[in-house]
Amino acid sequence: MSINLDRSQVIIREKRLKSIVGYQGTIKDLAEQSQSGCLKNASRGFSQATNCNSGCAQGYLSSITDAAIVNHGPIGCAGDVAGANAGFQWGQRIRDWDQRNVRIINTNMSEKAVVFGGDQILKEGILKAYERFKPKAIFVTTSCASGIIGDDIESTIKKAEAEIGIPVVPVFCEGFRSQIWASGFDAAFHALLTRIVKPAEKKRPELVNVINFVGSGRALITEIFGRLGLVPQFGIPYSNIEEISRWSEAGATISICGTLGGYMGNGLEQNFGVPYVTALQPHGISGFDDWLTKLGETVGKEKEVEEYLAEQKILAAPELEELKFKLKGKKVVVGMGPSFAHNYIRFLEDLGMEVVWGFSWHYDAKHDHGGCPSCTTELTKKDKDIPVSVSDQQNHEVINLLSKVKPDIFIGRHPGMSVWATKMGIPAIMVSDEYSAFGYQGTIEFGHRIIDALTNNSLAVNLSKRVNLPYTEWWLEQDPFEFLEQKNKKTERENKKNVAVR
Amino acid sequence: MSLCVEQIRHVCTLGAFESVLAIKRAVPIIHAGPGCVAKLWTTLGSQNGHQGSGYVGGHAIPCTNASEKEVVFGGTDRLRKVITNTFDVIDGDLFVVLTGCTSDIIGDDVGEITRKFQAQGKPIVYVETGGFKGSNLIGHELVLDAIIDQYLQPQQVEPGLVNIWSSVPYQNTFWSGDIEQLNLLISSLGLKPNVIFGPDSSVDAINNIPKAQFNLVISPWVGLRTAEHLKDKFGTPFLHYPALPIGPTETSNFLRTVGEFAGIDPSVVENVIRKQEERYFYYLERAADTLLETRLLPRRFITVADSLYALGIAKFLTNDMGLIPEKQFITDDTPTNYQSDVAAEFAKFTNDIAAETVFSNDGGYVEEEIRRLKIRSRPIILGSSWERVVARDLNAYQLSVAAPIGNELVLSKSYVGYNGALQLVEDIYSVVLNDFM
Repeated sequence: MSINLDRSQVIIREKRLKSIVGYQGTIKDLAEQSQSGCLKNASRGFSQATNCNSGCAQGYLSSITDAAIVNHGPIGCAGDVAGANAGFQWGQRIRDWDQRNVRIINTNMSEKAVVFGGDQILKEGILKAYERFKPKAIFVTTSCASGIIGDDIESTIKKAEAEIGIPVVPVFCEGFRSQIWASGFDAAFHALLTRIVKPAEKKRPELVNVINFVGSGRALITEIFGRLGLVPQFGIPYSNIEEISRWSEAGATISICGTLGGYMGNGLEQNFGVPYVTALQPHGISGFDDWLTKLGETVGKEKEVEEYLAEQKILAAPELEELKFKLKGKKVVVGMGPSFAHNYIRFLEDLGMEVVWGFSWHYDAKHDHGGCPSCTTELTKKDKDIPVSVSDQQNHEVINLLSKVKPDIFIGRHPGMSVWATKMGIPAIMVSDEYSAFGYQGTIEFGHRIIDALTNNSLAVNLSKRVNLPYTEWWLEQDPFEFLEQKNKKTERENKKNVAVR
Repeated sequence: MSLCVEQIRHVCTLGAFESVLAIKRAVPIIHAGPGCVAKLWTTLGSQNGHQGSGYVGGHAIPCTNASEKEVVFGGTDRLRKVITNTFDVIDGDLFVVLTGCTSDIIGDDVGEITRKFQAQGKPIVYVETGGFKGSNLIGHELVLDAIIDQYLQPQQVEPGLVNIWSSVPYQNTFWSGDIEQLNLLISSLGLKPNVIFGPDSSVDAINNIPKAQFNLVISPWVGLRTAEHLKDKFGTPFLHYPALPIGPTETSNFLRTVGEFAGIDPSVVENVIRKQEERYFYYLERAADTLLETRLLPRRFITVADSLYALGIAKFLTNDMGLIPEKQFITDDTPTNYQSDVAAEFAKFTNDIAAETVFSNDGGYVEEEIRRLKIRSRPIILGSSWERVVARDLNAYQLSVAAPIGNELVLSKSYVGYNGALQLVEDIYSVVLNDFM
């Protein structure tokens, strides 16, 4: 489905990308079902707290340096702002900037507003944000409450915009609208594509948009791109509105994460003629090779890329061999968002580890360019079929599975997951930085991080001896996917085989 | 109260699920949208002393993750299913169903569903905590109301047993340490604290709430409603002590007040006070050189905190440490009917000192006000991690004492009592000393 910028509201991933949050099977089956178009979401008879798209939309936009956000909802909807601020402080610190707080105002919706409508408090919030921060643009994020009571957000915004004369842009991200929190990234990018990005006045073929989060890898990428005769432009966080308005000038867009960058990348390609590089993620050697090679092909720097990679291969070979020797056969369970999960599965298998289970918190049956995600199809090329499930941080499934497959290590990405493996005595690594395992040196660094985690497991062991899990014995004896209402669910026998103690 | 809020310091009513998590083996079941827990947990947990998921918090909390389908067609079937399966999957002693905006606005009859489980003898209560109802401090009281009305049974009174209602779990970053310290103080008088929240809590203690000889509310306003409710329902008398006891002046006054209310022999009370004060002043005497002779000591302090901490800390620093209170910012969305009583407590300091109070939950407004103050010395700002920016700009010292605290890991630390005061002196003057090196 092409990206339609005439709409004020993004189409959620469930509808646009046939995304799901419930599935259990194998990677080959998952890819086959999504390619044949028959992949169906499975619901659950028991569920635990996940995340919502508002968190992704609000958090991502809050680090644009000269914008402000008005969050229209009860005060709890701004509960994640302290987290956004913590991330923002870190991003400013690694840039050696003076630190300031994020600029988010919540409209503090009360019972009265729920009954009589919140349009007036929204308008006041927008005017307050303008007065307080003098921003170049204001983004208005919606909430479950504002969505259900049917506030006329667009008309209120238009009136406020006419008064203050800067773009005031709606970001529709009511929590209940999508079960896939990454829909919030799309909502954020939709707001930027519709109202901030302008058609290019001049083209800058050497410029490459790099979509990322905090951006710790800036120096290294600048150095690599420099050798190719390219200039990276990092964002969207820590960019300003003027810079974002000119993202259309670039020669290409590339992303650190397929889940994150797809909407913006394809939106820029379809609507502003900037090609989007749909490569693997640059984690691990094969991922990085593919990422840089496809970029080279897009901007006509094939030869330079080839030379650079050949040089890196020679430099890194001895250390990579050593890592593979040490990690060979170690069993690992991965639990991340879909792009990171499927890319890390490939990367860890490349290191010689055995991925015994892959959880992805959701799964997009296709990406905005139309095809099945490349990180998924890449995994189907291997002889070995890997057992996977799609499970939006459903802790009961993860814990139950870990208790059965007992891996040597759990590698996760989102807050509040790795800790549970640790409580079971399983060492865990949380990949919080998007540039972990980036490129050749990052891969080697990450390999050593795994070795260190395996070398001293005392915290996990001590915790597991003293800490009780909140699950009943009955639950831990069940099939981990007992509550998954999947029509073509693997038979119990097949399932037992997949999760059997190895 | 402010209409718009920037730099939030408390969350919505539903945040009270953290109060349930503070009771050992109690399990919240949340009927709300998919992001509520993650968002509320950020301010009350991960960015507040880095309090993690614990036994059954975070992603372990059963939740309906209400979607468009539930919003359009009603969410009661989904909730019934999740509750039924929770009893099989989660190992707990008490279950509390809490609702969010989606359920409360569309009007799901959560009470009807819960009562069916109650009729089967399940230990479960429900509470409507749609976010638009107010803050999580109000939510905390609503959860206790639900437990009182739907779960507690009358009991024979046990002399000496005391329920303590004070620091709100997770909202007050040091809540578990505070509870431990308050328990020690109460125990030192020969009374027996009934431990409702924290490391020594249990559902047995919940069952025993009606057994108490009296309820003790140590807080400017939060918890009063609970004590009044318990008085109505079980006839339990209560003592309201408005300030968190920090330091010798307030803690000794607190012990005398409680001792008198409980009918304890004054000689027992005085003996406890004498020993504790001797210990306190042993350490303070050793610190006195530095407290007097270090370069650029703060003379004035600004507090930006819940009324509980603002008052407790202001009293200690003024009455015991000789500092002067600048404006005191009360950020806990104090209900209007309590504001004048709370403000009156800030006018009862030594040497006729009165501190000006500002009630606002809008951190952006508070920041503007702080920037407007004319302060001669280098002040110390006792607030949340939001104040780190303004403190740097104004060349003030900063110590985080109120939610959200992202810049400190807090485990059992507390500023309560004699020992807590020593901890507070250590922390404040370590900030000052760290600034030199």
